[in-house]
Amino acid sequence: MTTMQPLLATQKLCKSFGDNRAVNAVDFRVNAGEVLALIGSNGAGKTSLVNLVSGLYRPDSGRILFDGRDVTDQTPFDRIKDGIARSFQIVNLFDQLTCAENTALAIFSRDGKTRRLTNLASRDHAVWDEAHDVLRRFNLDHTAAMRAGAISHGERKLLDVAVAYALRPKLLFLDEPTSGVSTREKAPIMDIVSSIVRAGGITIVIIEHDMDIVFRYSERIVVMHQGTILADGSPDEIRANDAVTTTLIGTHPGGESAVAGAANA
Amino acid sequence: MSVLPIHVLNALLYSSVLFLIAGGLSLIYGVMRILNLAHGNLYALGAFVTAWAIGIALGAGAPSWVLFLLLPLGAIVAAAVGAIIEGTLLRPFYKRPEEYQLLMTFGLLMILEDLIRLVWGPSPLTATAVYSAFGSIPIGDGGRYPAYNVVIIGVGALAAVFLWAFIYRTRFGVFLRATSQDKRMASALGVNVNWIYIQAFTLGCFMAGLGGAIVVPSQSAVLGMGVDALVLAFIVVVIGGLGSLEGALVGALIVGVVREVFISLFPEVELAVLYLIAAFVLLVRPAGLFGRA
Amino acid sequence: MNTPPFAVPSTPLPVAPSADVHSTRKILAWIVPVAIFLLAAPYVIDPFQTLTLTYGLVAAIGALGFNLLLGYTGLLSFGHSAFFGTGAYTVAFMVKYLKVLSMELFLAGSALTSALLSVLFGFVCVRYTRIFFGILTLALSQVLWSLAFKFFWVTGGTDGLRAPTPTLLGMPPGNDKMDFLAYRYYYYVLGAFAICTWLMWLIVNSPFGKALQAIRDNETRAEFIGIRIRRYRLIAFVISGVFTGIAGALWAPLNGLASPDILVWTFSGEIVFMTVLGGFRTFVGPIIGAIVFTYLKTYAIGFTVYWQLLLGTVLVVLVLVLPTGIMGAFETLAAKWRHSRSKVA
Repeated sequence: MTTMQPLLATQKLCKSFGDNRAVNAVDFRVNAGEVLALIGSNGAGKTSLVNLVSGLYRPDSGRILFDGRDVTDQTPFDRIKDGIARSFQIVNLFDQLTCAENTALAIFSRDGKTRRLTNLASRDHAVWDEAHDVLRRFNLDHTAAMRAGAISHGERKLLDVAVAYALRPKLLFLDEPTSGVSTREKAPIMDIVSSIVRAGGITIVIIEHDMDIVFRYSERIVVMHQGTILADGSPDEIRANDAVTTTLIGTHPGGESAVAGAANA
Repeated sequence: MSVLPIHVLNALLYSSVLFLIAGGLSLIYGVMRILNLAHGNLYALGAFVTAWAIGIALGAGAPSWVLFLLLPLGAIVAAAVGAIIEGTLLRPFYKRPEEYQLLMTFGLLMILEDLIRLVWGPSPLTATAVYSAFGSIPIGDGGRYPAYNVVIIGVGALAAVFLWAFIYRTRFGVFLRATSQDKRMASALGVNVNWIYIQAFTLGCFMAGLGGAIVVPSQSAVLGMGVDALVLAFIVVVIGGLGSLEGALVGALIVGVVREVFISLFPEVELAVLYLIAAFVLLVRPAGLFGRA
Repeated sequence: MNTPPFAVPSTPLPVAPSADVHSTRKILAWIVPVAIFLLAAPYVIDPFQTLTLTYGLVAAIGALGFNLLLGYTGLLSFGHSAFFGTGAYTVAFMVKYLKVLSMELFLAGSALTSALLSVLFGFVCVRYTRIFFGILTLALSQVLWSLAFKFFWVTGGTDGLRAPTPTLLGMPPGNDKMDFLAYRYYYYVLGAFAICTWLMWLIVNSPFGKALQAIRDNETRAEFIGIRIRRYRLIAFVISGVFTGIAGALWAPLNGLASPDILVWTFSGEIVFMTVLGGFRTFVGPIIGAIVFTYLKTYAIGFTVYWQLLLGTVLVVLVLVLPTGIMGAFETLAAKWRHSRSKVA
């Protein structure tokens, strides 16, 4: 296997909501520099796992190790400082602020500048230049002066990723970055996302339902089902895995060929 | 030792009136998610209307039992005013954020405060005739206690029982509870939510008006009583839980007892202690003793 | 879900008014005539009007402070009377117990006491949002009111405590109180108002101010770009409290008296009223709202004993018809005018 320590590793991570075991003793590993897809049916525990790692939830038991350090008890604030960032399944933006301001805020926060009370934010050209640069890379520079609440849904999904990207994280979780977006728009979004993020050497974990995207853009796939990891391997291995195809895609011959079709695309 | 029963009765007396006011406030919030800042003024309205009616009847030489029958008039008028307010001023705000509702009811508070002054003038109105008509009852060893106060306690208790039955034992009560828990679902199931809202608001105002109506024989109707009452009602619902009738009952009892204790021992901090208890409850259990978060 | 207060899911203006060169020039365009008027006021209008304007400027400082919490951080406080009253009573206490008469010391003292109080209240209140925040602030401010009311041998009870005319920058007020108030004290307040407005403008346009707006718009996202929500809310609360406390301190010598009416919760409601009247979504809205409200109230009280009825109706109509306040209406009209002009052109 790999000789290097994984960037992120969870040990027997558990989280229950009442009787529902959302995450059940999960050992999840992400290696530095890879693009990993986290898939599974609704309720499999993918978003809960991401919420646990990013700090939105506290685990019932188990540990989370990031970059060799135990971050289980850390607040979201500390985890972000350490280099974990995320986008959200339901777009979470600052709707009354412009797209440039949304991005700039992440940069201000990253650089610790949000403590500053008496400097004009507009004077800090370095931050705004970087914000505009980020927007340009995400093909969003035309939205810079527009309020985040006023742009299209696809643009909002991109902006959500851009804001997380602006934090310059080591590990970036993208929670369904193309959900709610028309099929035509999905590939361009994913192209931008993957090229930008890979150029920055960031490790990415994508939660996705769209199998075409999963097989096309990821190097490694982790399949979750009912709170546990069902399978973990390369796209070819997962495609060949009967248990996976049964629970996710169904043994319907149509489903089989859809997957094969995506692989050839 | 004969003093203790008096203190107990005083506490219960205060609690009864508070329960009527706070119960109405909580009911309205529970069903409609509106915190009616003008609620205290409906209590005041009830007091003024009743005192005025009794004053007129007294001037016409009516006997005591007629005066007594006039008591609920304040409650009925308060309920009618509530119905009008709901239909005209509140309804545009159901789809709007709750802060606008708050501001609107604050405006209503100012309007009602001055409307009362406009109609009845700046001087207090009394209805002591009813109070004295009941005389006093013996209490403890040789002491005497106004019988009318016991009537107030009785009305409060009856109201609590009636409300409980209404909400938990009638068909309308089921609709009320359904709407308060999930308005959209209730509507999807065929409940006429607007009708429920009107009735809930009217009932809440009726209770506040009733509080004012039954208390006015024992203390006069004065300008500003509404604003004072509102903050006390606030304390009760904070302690008991916004939206819970049991909470309003328990909260009213707690406030009544604490107030009575401190008024006897350390009157200066009586109000401060009540506010501090409210703040403390908000810190420890923001939903209140019986509330849902 | 986390929606900010007064959140109206209507179509927002697509381009946000930002602090760029273009709009700075526009702002300067009308600041200059306003500044000229304010500077010349005592010589142009009669002393009673100047006094009213002074009250308005004092209220504007308070409203600016209040709106840092409401407009920029998204927290609706119904307890700001506590800070205003603390500022005013600090002046009265300093006169009575410390025999101090210097306005500068009054301001420093009030800033200190309102800072302490707002740290205490804020620490408790910022854990909550929306209606619980409002109720908690109301309850705490009523604690203060009830203490001022009941401990009458310390606070003067309903009679209040005297707040005499102070020395300004060391210069004694002289014998003619009206002359002092209408001229020297007016300019002093105007200076304080200018400084406070400039300070607040810096704060809301700083990275910190942007972070507050982020917290207002989306608490979760703000947390996930690394902003400490509670800490920043607390800082905003304290700044807000200090501004309002300073307003109270400036008010006390004007009024001559510090009394419990400025501590009662309905006074907090008036602060909310004036801010919403002017438009809480803009920087200058609270200033305009405070001045307009002060004039409205002064003339209403002079006009009829039923001034509450008048103001209450204004509030109801305001909330029904013009929820974004005077500035909001102004901006909508300006946008429509620009739109029609570009169509014609």
